[in-house]
This record gives sequence, C-alpha cells and structure tokens, in this order.
Amino acid sequence: MGVFILKRFVAMIITLLIIITLTFFLMHAAPGDPFDFDAEGGISAQARENLMIHYGLDQPTHIQYFNYIKNLATLDFGPSMVSRSRTVDSMIANGFPASLVLGFTTLIFSVISGIILGVIAALRHNRMVDYVTMIIAVLGISIPNFILAMIFIKYIGLQFDFFPVARWGTWRHVILPALALSSGPIAIIARLTRSNMLEVLNQDYIRTAKAKGISPTRIVMKHALRNALLPVVTIMGALTASVLTGSFVIERIFAVPGVGRYFVESISNRDYPMIMATTVVYSAILVFMMFIVDLVYGIIDPRIKLHKKEG
Amino acid sequence: MDNSAKASKKHAQNIPDDLFTPVNKNGDNEAEFMRPSVGFWQDAWFRLMKNKVAVLGLILIVIMIIMAIIGPWLTPYDYREGVLSNQNQPPSTTHWFGTDELGRDMFTRVWYGARVSLFIGFAAAFIEFFIGVSYGGLSGYKGGRVDNIMMRFVDVLYGLPYLLVVILLMVVMDPGVFTIIVALSLTGWIGMARIVRGQVLQLKSNEYVLASKVLGGSTSRIVRKHLLPNSMGPIIVSMTLTVPGAIFAEAFLSFLGLGVQAPIASWGTMANDALGVLNTGYWWRLVFPAVMISLTMFAFNVFGDGLRDALDPKMRR
Amino acid sequence: MKEKQNEPILDVSDLHVSFQTRNGEVQAVRGVNFSLNKGETLAIVGESGCGKSVTAQSIMRLIPEPPGKIKQGSISLKGKELTTYTEKQMRNVRGSEIGMIFQDPMTSLNPVLTIGEQISESLLKNPNLTKSDVTEKVTEILRLVGIANPSERLKQYPHQFSGGMRQRIMIAMALVNEPDVLIADEPTTALDVTIQAQIIDLFKDIQKRTGIAIILITHDLGLVAQIADRINVMYAGRVIESGLVKDIFYNPKHPYTKGLLKSVPRLDDDRNQPLIPIHGTPPDLLSPPKGCPFARRCDYAMDVCIQYDPESTQVTKQHSVRCWLQDERAKKITFPSDGPKITLL
Repeated sequence: MGVFILKRFVAMIITLLIIITLTFFLMHAAPGDPFDFDAEGGISAQARENLMIHYGLDQPTHIQYFNYIKNLATLDFGPSMVSRSRTVDSMIANGFPASLVLGFTTLIFSVISGIILGVIAALRHNRMVDYVTMIIAVLGISIPNFILAMIFIKYIGLQFDFFPVARWGTWRHVILPALALSSGPIAIIARLTRSNMLEVLNQDYIRTAKAKGISPTRIVMKHALRNALLPVVTIMGALTASVLTGSFVIERIFAVPGVGRYFVESISNRDYPMIMATTVVYSAILVFMMFIVDLVYGIIDPRIKLHKKEG
Repeated sequence: MDNSAKASKKHAQNIPDDLFTPVNKNGDNEAEFMRPSVGFWQDAWFRLMKNKVAVLGLILIVIMIIMAIIGPWLTPYDYREGVLSNQNQPPSTTHWFGTDELGRDMFTRVWYGARVSLFIGFAAAFIEFFIGVSYGGLSGYKGGRVDNIMMRFVDVLYGLPYLLVVILLMVVMDPGVFTIIVALSLTGWIGMARIVRGQVLQLKSNEYVLASKVLGGSTSRIVRKHLLPNSMGPIIVSMTLTVPGAIFAEAFLSFLGLGVQAPIASWGTMANDALGVLNTGYWWRLVFPAVMISLTMFAFNVFGDGLRDALDPKMRR
Repeated sequence: MKEKQNEPILDVSDLHVSFQTRNGEVQAVRGVNFSLNKGETLAIVGESGCGKSVTAQSIMRLIPEPPGKIKQGSISLKGKELTTYTEKQMRNVRGSEIGMIFQDPMTSLNPVLTIGEQISESLLKNPNLTKSDVTEKVTEILRLVGIANPSERLKQYPHQFSGGMRQRIMIAMALVNEPDVLIADEPTTALDVTIQAQIIDLFKDIQKRTGIAIILITHDLGLVAQIADRINVMYAGRVIESGLVKDIFYNPKHPYTKGLLKSVPRLDDDRNQPLIPIHGTPPDLLSPPKGCPFARRCDYAMDVCIQYDPESTQVTKQHSVRCWLQDERAKKITFPSDGPKITLL
C-alpha cells in the first residue's frame, strides 16, 4: 500500500511541475511586456529598464524559471505587476475563502444530488421518473453553466429578494452560484450513476441476493450501491477540474469575491505573475484532488487493496 | 405422475386414424430460423432512427446549419451596422429578434454568430481528427516501444486541465477565430488520438489473425468490409461530441474576454454582452444567444449519444 | 436404488410462463406438470432454451414481472399456493423454505462483501439470533460444505476463493436457513470435471444429513445418473418425458430422450465413429408449432405429430411420456436396441 501511495505522489509532483513549466514558458512567450499597459503615452525607456531589473525580467529566461521555482517552494508568488501595492499571495489569500466555500458546496451538492437522481432513475427504469431525470441530465450538460447563471440572475435573483445577487456574506449568497455551477456535474454524475446501477442490477450477484429473499432496500443500499459508485469516484478528478474552471466565470457573473474573479481580471490586464500564480494554485488543487481520488479508490475497492497487500 | 394424462385420453379418440403415417422429410428444417442478416450500417441506421430524441437532435442540427447559411441574408440589415437611435428595441416586425445596444439587428447577428460558432466547432473537430488520427494511428501502427513512449506522453498531457491550457494559450495569442480554433485543437486532439490508437491496435490483431488463416488479397477485403466500419464508429461519435465542447469553450472564452473580437459576433460574445443588461427588461439580449447555444449543444449531444448507441456492436439485434 | 417415500412437498401444475418482447409473446413454459417428493432428487434435463431455468425461477417467483408473467398454473409448496403470494410473502419463502444456487459462482457472489457477510445476510430474518449465534451458524455451515478454517475464511472476499470453493459458498448461503427444497440451476457447468464430482458428492452428503429435496437442472446426463432419483426431460417449454432414473436410461420412450442419450459419447466408443447429435434446432417460441414441438427434428414423425399436440401417456406408474408413438395406432416402429450410455451407480 505504501508503494502505491508513493508512486501516486510522485506522479502528482511531476504533473504539477509540467504545468508550472508550461505556464511559465507560455507567459514569457507572450508578445510585449507587462509595462505596455502602464500610464498613457507609455513610460520612459529608463523607467522601463528599472522596472525590468526590479522584477528580475532582465535575466535570461531560464534563470528566471529557476528563480521562480525556487520561490514557489516557499510559496512566494512574487508581486503583482498591475497592482503595485499588493503581492500575488495576498490577493490569492483574500479570495480563497469565498472560492473555497463555493467550490466545496458545489461539489458536495452535485455528488449527493447526482447520485440520488441516478439511483432513482435506475430503480424506476423506463418509467416517467427515469425519462424526466435523463432529460434534466441532458439539459444540464447542454446548457452552459454561465448561461444558466445569467438566467438565474435575471429570472430568479432579480425577481426574488431572497436570492441576493451582489456581494457576498450570507449562506443565501451561495445558493444561486452553487446551483449554476452544479448543473453540469449533477448531470454527469446522475447519468453515470444510473447506467452503473442498471448494469449492476443486472449482475448475477444481485440475482443471488434476491434468491436469498433479501429486501429490495437492502439490495440497493448494501449490494448495488457500492459497486455502482466505484466508477463515480474515478471521475471526481475531472469533475473538480470543470468546477474549478467553471468557477472563473461564475464568480465573475455573480461578483463573488473569490480567486476566480481575480483570475479573470488578471487576464484582462495581462498581469502575468497573477495569471501564473492562479494557474499554479488551481493546478495544485486539481492534481492533489486526483491524488486523493486514486487513494480513495484504492481503499474502497477490496480487490485493489488486497492485491497490494499480497503484492 | 403427469397430471394432464387423465384428461387427454378422451381427446385422442377423435383423431382420424390415417394421420398415423410417417412424414416425408426433405431436410428443409434448418433454413427457417435464419433471420436475414442486415449490413452493419443499415442496422445502425435503423437503430438510430428508432431513437426519437437523437433524430430530433439531427433535425435541429440541420436546421441550425441551414439557418446559419441563409439566416443573415433573410434580413436587409448588416450584422455590423447599427442605428444608435434604435438601440435595445424589443422584437418586432422590423427586427424579429430585437436590437442590441448599438442598434444592430439581433436576428442577423444571431445567425451570423451561428456561422462563427458552428465554424469554430466543426473546424476544431476536424483538425483534432487529423492530429489525433495521425498521432494515434502512427502510435498504434508502430506498436512496441514507440507506441509506449507516445502514449506516455499523451497520458501526461491528458492530466492537464483542458480549459485552463486553452485560456493560457489565448492569453498568449491574439484572440480571434483562427487562434481559438488553434488553441482548441492543440488541446483537444488527445481524446481522439487515444481512440484511434485503440482502434488501430484492434485492427492489427484482427488482421494478423486473418492473415494467418486466409491467403492473399482477401484480407484487405475483410478489413474493408467488416473491421473498418466497426472501428470508424467510435471515431465518428467522438467527432460529433467534440463540436458542442468547442462551442462551449468559445462561449466560455468570450466571457473571459478571450473570445472573438468585435465586430465579429459569436453567440458567446453576444451572451457576454447581455451580462451588462441583465437587470433591464431587455430579455431578448440574453434569451436568443442563450437559447441558440443551449439548443445547439443539446442537439449535438443527443445526436452523438444516439450515434454511439446505434454504432455499438454489442447492441446489434 | 433408493425408494423414496412419495410425500410431495412441491407440486407444479399446468404452469405457463411467457415473456412480452417487442417482437411478440415468447411462450417459454407451456404447460409443465411435476411433483417433488420429500428428500428426493429430481433432475430437469434439456437443451438451452427448453424452459428449465424459467420453470425453476418461476417457482421462486424470480422472473421479473414485466416482461415475464405466469400466465396460468399452480405452484404449491407444502400446500401453500405460491402464485397467489405477494412479493413480501415470497421474500419469506426465498432463502428460508426454498434455496437456490446458480450456474456461475464467479459472478454470483458480490465482490465487495466478505463471504461471512453474504452468508449471514440470509439469517437476518431471524431477529432472535445474537451476533455470536450468527457467527456460529455461519462457521458451521461453511464447515458443512467443506471449507477449511471457516472462522478465518469468513472474513475473506470472494476473489480469494477458487471456483469450486465459491460454489460451496453459494451452497452454504442457500442452505443456512435449513430450507426444505434446494434448486440447483446448472451448478457444475462452469466448473472443472474433478470439482464437479466433489460438488455432486457434497449434494449427496447434504441430502443424507438433512433430508432436503433437490431439483437439479442440467444438460449433463452424466451428472443426472449419479445423483437423481427421477428425471423430467423438457423440450420447447414442456415436460416431454418423466420417470425414474432407470426408466429414462434403460427404457426411454420419446425420440428426443433417445437422441439425447445417443449423443453422449462413451469412453470406450470407437474414436473413428462420428458423434451423433440431434440435427436441427428447437422451435421458435414466439410462435410455437401447432403439433408436437419436436416433430420437425424427429426421425419418427407422423402426420398426426405435425397437426396435433401429443397427449401424456403412462408407460408405468412412474413413467410418462408425451408422444404419438405411444398411441396404439402408431406403427410399431422398433427403436434401435442399444442400452443407455451411462451406467448407473
């Protein structure tokens, strides 16, 4: 089991390094430099040169790269090029709580609702409930979450005071954004759970359980569910990725003061350190999630667990 | 003891005696129960047509494409020009979809945007197809170490979050229709490569088995008639399902300011423009692009799903 | 040969089971009658699709109601009419009064639960048992079916056992509540020949110890000879011949039965002789033929066979057959006089 964890951990670090490297060289491949945006009429050549030295941009690229990695190890993302007074880390730290709340709520809500919907649809296969659920699922995949977000705002948020659409702070602020962000994941999880459940319910061991006179509730809860949910665990990695990227736009639309919003702003401003930093942070979260998923899967599937033990 | 024995004794007496003579057999039994075998594509077509939702998707796709082509010609307006005094007019007989904040006709813009969005979608799908087929085909064909290395490379790339990389690419390049297509293709070919490689590997093992049994040129015929149709299935499905992803990505990029630039209109930019007027009564600004994006994605998704089910060899009658 | 007391414990009468498919109604079981006596082993033999599994699963009411349906007939267990039972009542019957095991032990056990959990599950219905009672019963039944180290092994998962052992576990699961009847649907088909013999011995052993009645469904005549008391031969949804083991093997009356017996190769056969299969395929049960279902494949078919359904004739008290050749008017065609291929133990 220990070897398994170690291998996964190393894979995680490698992927992260690749992303960071890719991002770094991409950003530095961008035409122009960050100071084109500055004061109207441009800045003097001398001032520019000073700034370049100040930010270490005069060094050859690979030196800059190594410096960057070195700084990353100490979680130093460097100063923001646009916002002179603040460092990137402080900006990220500011935005983190809101994004965390939004992301977490979305994931938990999606997983639970998705599974419940999927199970119900499978148990009532080919009946009205099944069709309705599957249509909702298709809509969830087809209507982009940001479109849904705008519809929510216009037709729910602005109509009913209950759902505030500006600022942040109370639990009520979380509802609409989380709902919009969940639409895709719920749909995917529901479909996956349903098809897995249907397959599992056709398995021989379910027939055996019925032949033993086991109640249908117990068959679903104890026998079917565990087998059907295993594949859902594996997509959690990809799901987290889509929630993460989706949060950029959702935060922007709902004006949620999270990291995503800063990210979007930094894109408009071409604030490269900020872009890089947020990319690194997001990727780290993502890669870490995938690592956790691998671990969890290894734990709950007895076939893998024991295989490792006997090794 | 057999319970029905007693009851039937009486009935037997009514049967005429002359029936108790042997039957002439001429070996016609076997052929009866063979169902006529249907070709692969025909069978798939039947199954697809039975899937009502998938057919609906196909119809929608065709309508979208037709309207994208002729839509902008149906009105006297140009998608770029607007009369400011006409801004934000609700739908009427002169402006079927209303006007936007620069007084431009929404109907024309929506169908012009259809051209842009659909073009991006199809172009990305095709380029991904070519890159993916080349890479995956080569990898599968070569096999062995080359295949291993190439697939390792792909696996690493697969772990990267797709949209994130697209965003980064767009930050670096100048946003525009072609750069978007490039960015999408560069990140999206991986799925196709894997599928193609898988199919090629299957083809290879089939071909060798056949080759060892059959001599000469007939192997290529079998490959063409049976194996190739089977392997094209997942590839076609993958292409169909790439389109909605590309349309989504384009709209997504627009919301980040990385979409197509004015004056070119896409559904994404139009939806993004509507963001500023959400709290107004100008519902047509949001509804039309939103519905278009959703409908198109819906149509391709259900059609792609239906295609996948129809081409699944395991579900043949 | 053991003479069993004729005390019927299960009575199936005029059973008709059909399935609604999109092509129409498939009549899988078309009028099956038989009884099972206490402590005896009844074998139901026939080729794939003859309806033997459907019959067995219908007794347990395990056929999903759409698309399947018991169209008519009665299934009486110890006097209780099972066709009238609600699902809840059936759940009490299943696993407690009738146990059933299936063909493939690899897929019939849940891979994510320990075997201890899966066996003790059946005991859940007795609220009076304490946890230690349950563990004791599970250990005991595992020992009964021949699993060594039961107290340790019950914590293990199915994939840690071999095929033969998994089938023993299945048997343990079916028997733990001490049912009166055990239905075994092709229990040895998926196993190696040596393991098959062990499982059959296990059946015999259990029957001796507990007096349980067994319905053995199989297409393997060799198995039947070793353990069955009586045999029902099924074809196209019906029992076409029924009798004691010696009747069927030494005095088969139905051409299909004879064909089955002839098609089993013997060890001492001449290698160069071709195998003798029964030519043709079973009829389509979507539209079963009007007359005898075997007529098209039968070398002794008469015109009456094509037009009229044969009725059941008693050859001896225990031996009955559904065939027009039994009618006095049928020409006296003598069957080739070879004995059965398999010797009885």
